[in-house]
Amino acid sequence: MEIPLLEMKGIDKWYPGVHALKKCSFSLLKGEIHALVGENGAGKSTLMNILTGIIPYSSGEIYLNSEIVVFNSPKQAQIAGISMVHQELNLMDNLTVAQNIFIGRESKGLFLNDESINKRTGELFKRLNFHIDPKEKVGNLSVSLRQIVEIAKAISYDAKIIIFDEPSATLTDVEITQLFKIMKELRSTGVSMIYISHRMDEIKRIADRVTVFRDGEYIGTQDAETVKIDEVIHMMVGRIIYEEHKKLSKIDKDTDVVLKVENFSSFDVKNVSFELRKGEILGFAGLIGAGRTELARLIFGADEKLSGNLYVNGKKTAINSPHKAVEHGIGYLSEDRKRYGLVVGMSVANNIVITKLKDFIKRQFINEKEITKITDEYIKKLDIKTPSAQRLVKSLSGGNQQKVIIAKWLLNDSGILIFDEPTRGIDVGAKSEIYKIMNNLAAMGKAIIMISSELPELIRMSDRVLVMCEGEHTATLNLEDINQNTIMKYATKN
Amino acid sequence: MLQTLKKVGMQKFLAFGALIIIYVFFAFTGKNFTSTATTLNILASSYYVGFLALGATFVIITGGIDLSLGALMMASALLGGALYRDMGFPLWLCMVIMVLFAMLVGLANGILVTKLKLPPFIATLGTMMIMLGLGSIITNTSSKYFPTILEPDGWFIRVFFKTKSGFPVGAVYLMVFFIITFIVLNKTKIGRYIFAIGNNEEAVRLSGIKVNLWKGMAYVITGLGVGLGSILYSATYIVVIPNTGNGIELQAIAAVVIGGTSLSGGVGSLTGTLIGVFIMSILKNGLISMSLPAPYQTFFTGIVVIGAVLMDVYRNKKANELKKIKA
Repeated sequence: MEIPLLEMKGIDKWYPGVHALKKCSFSLLKGEIHALVGENGAGKSTLMNILTGIIPYSSGEIYLNSEIVVFNSPKQAQIAGISMVHQELNLMDNLTVAQNIFIGRESKGLFLNDESINKRTGELFKRLNFHIDPKEKVGNLSVSLRQIVEIAKAISYDAKIIIFDEPSATLTDVEITQLFKIMKELRSTGVSMIYISHRMDEIKRIADRVTVFRDGEYIGTQDAETVKIDEVIHMMVGRIIYEEHKKLSKIDKDTDVVLKVENFSSFDVKNVSFELRKGEILGFAGLIGAGRTELARLIFGADEKLSGNLYVNGKKTAINSPHKAVEHGIGYLSEDRKRYGLVVGMSVANNIVITKLKDFIKRQFINEKEITKITDEYIKKLDIKTPSAQRLVKSLSGGNQQKVIIAKWLLNDSGILIFDEPTRGIDVGAKSEIYKIMNNLAAMGKAIIMISSELPELIRMSDRVLVMCEGEHTATLNLEDINQNTIMKYATKN
Repeated sequence: MLQTLKKVGMQKFLAFGALIIIYVFFAFTGKNFTSTATTLNILASSYYVGFLALGATFVIITGGIDLSLGALMMASALLGGALYRDMGFPLWLCMVIMVLFAMLVGLANGILVTKLKLPPFIATLGTMMIMLGLGSIITNTSSKYFPTILEPDGWFIRVFFKTKSGFPVGAVYLMVFFIITFIVLNKTKIGRYIFAIGNNEEAVRLSGIKVNLWKGMAYVITGLGVGLGSILYSATYIVVIPNTGNGIELQAIAAVVIGGTSLSGGVGSLTGTLIGVFIMSILKNGLISMSLPAPYQTFFTGIVVIGAVLMDVYRNKKANELKKIKA
């Protein structure tokens, strides 16, 4: 048997009161792409943070080339040839691309030499076949280009081991394909890679082996080529997943139109019109930057539109602020939950009642008792996993945070709900719960717009799919026409 | 590329434009505002605030703040004065100690903020009060006098305030300090890391950089500015009175903000700060030339600060819209 390049044995990690990793092991061969999967909180990131010296571990050993190593800082891991592409983009907006890539590795002396790093960055991009100006400020780049800068940075360390922490979450399909090409090239030069992902289809496309973690425990390692995806999912969740495909749409031409958008235009959206019916789930498909979120924000009044009319329940309505939108029963669940959806430092109860606080005022005072009662009701109804309504939202998992937001809009009696990437960063088990809730909401007569970059979930959930490309509305697909190929065709205007 | 250029150009243009407009305004409305005497006064009244503001720019770019600037400058001047008058130290040694003392307190601020993880506002609020108290304690609440022209050490004023012919030499030191700090901020690793930390501290840490070291360094540089400022202050005013100096830090911070440095960190320029310092100094002398009493200066400075930040916010909004149209 081949001796692994990297081996982690019996790694144990305790946080105060939490056993985050339980005697975990992991091994990586030379020139291998190794997928690491597991639900959120399974311990993948903790393990990788330990490997890269970001956090210390309680016990266990790490062997690199059969020698015991201890990394006390990211720098030490980098010197040993291990670098990581982080999930949250760890870049400095006001610095240029080259300055970002070579941060911490400027010339030896005190003075900087930007010319040299610009040149080296240019060569790096040339080798990777990406066209990004080294002198451009990172703040001016799109999210996916930033991700590429981050990847280029990791590669520039001449690392022997590169860890990718869910890079595909922010990349478009074209860019993912290009990333995979680069990864395969790196593999042929003997670089080993650890690829963390939520997307099951990617394991088959890129990985040689796959290791599964669950609840801080190592579950097993499989050959990526022969293993069945269902098997991997089963290892991840240890339970059966809710997988019901939509076969029949109950929505037809006679169903009431609750929302009508007519000729909406802004800088990012070009003349879009559509109708949303009661009880319908309308998917918004498109590549990153197609203008889907921007369109949603126009509907919600969060941004100013240049032109267009909006009809709510058949009546022409001017919505120029989120406040107005909420009044008309429109709820928007942002793709960036922590930034726009929740007050993470406040309790579950306070988050749920925040838009309806005026209903809980008794003689000028906030009626905490009533709030707790209502909140408990929603916690039960949506199965929000929290020890109490008073628990701070930031301590909940992504899936449960999403449920808190849903509860907020339900309490607000919103008839129209816009879900923007509702399952981003949410693990497989919680995803299907969110799907179930959305289906129930639709069955209750709520009209739902679902923006998603994951085609399988759009296909599974939508009654119709509206496809956008570069701000334009390129197609509206009915249930029978919804499939991956057709959506991609219109999303890329081919 | 074009819009990057535009953005940088615009920011400098705005502050500089404001400087010109204010100057021209007073040239027309003030009495003898364009005279040599007033011009020299403008230079003379800018420099110790200038030293504080240039130093503070470093801390503010890291996303921090330093409220101890004014109190520290006074404490440092009082310490120097006490050593000179009461202990009989030679003047040059007093000056060295003043600078080292201010840098040491800067280092203490840095350690409080980095190692001990105090919010900069709280840490430096604490140091500010400690310095106010310390200044009074070491001097027994009596004023300290630096040498006047007639004393043997009379060179002090000539070298650090005004030459015999009345030229404000302090302004020259301010320019020298500006050039040095400018090089440090824009051409060296220290500056690069300070900007990077202000942008995204976690990212810098994950890049394997000693964040605490560089962030602490920003506070030490601020301390250096304060120490040098205290020498110039002493040479300008000769008499240093305990329990004064309140609010000087706010003038310095105002100058930094007027110059376009963002209080949330990551963005800033020393050129802007210098322009900010001169805007405030012109305002001060301009209002005097209009025979308006001192409170008007504070009043109008407030308006200029709000105006400057408003322009900045508006400019950012416009820049974002431009970006969108282009994309």
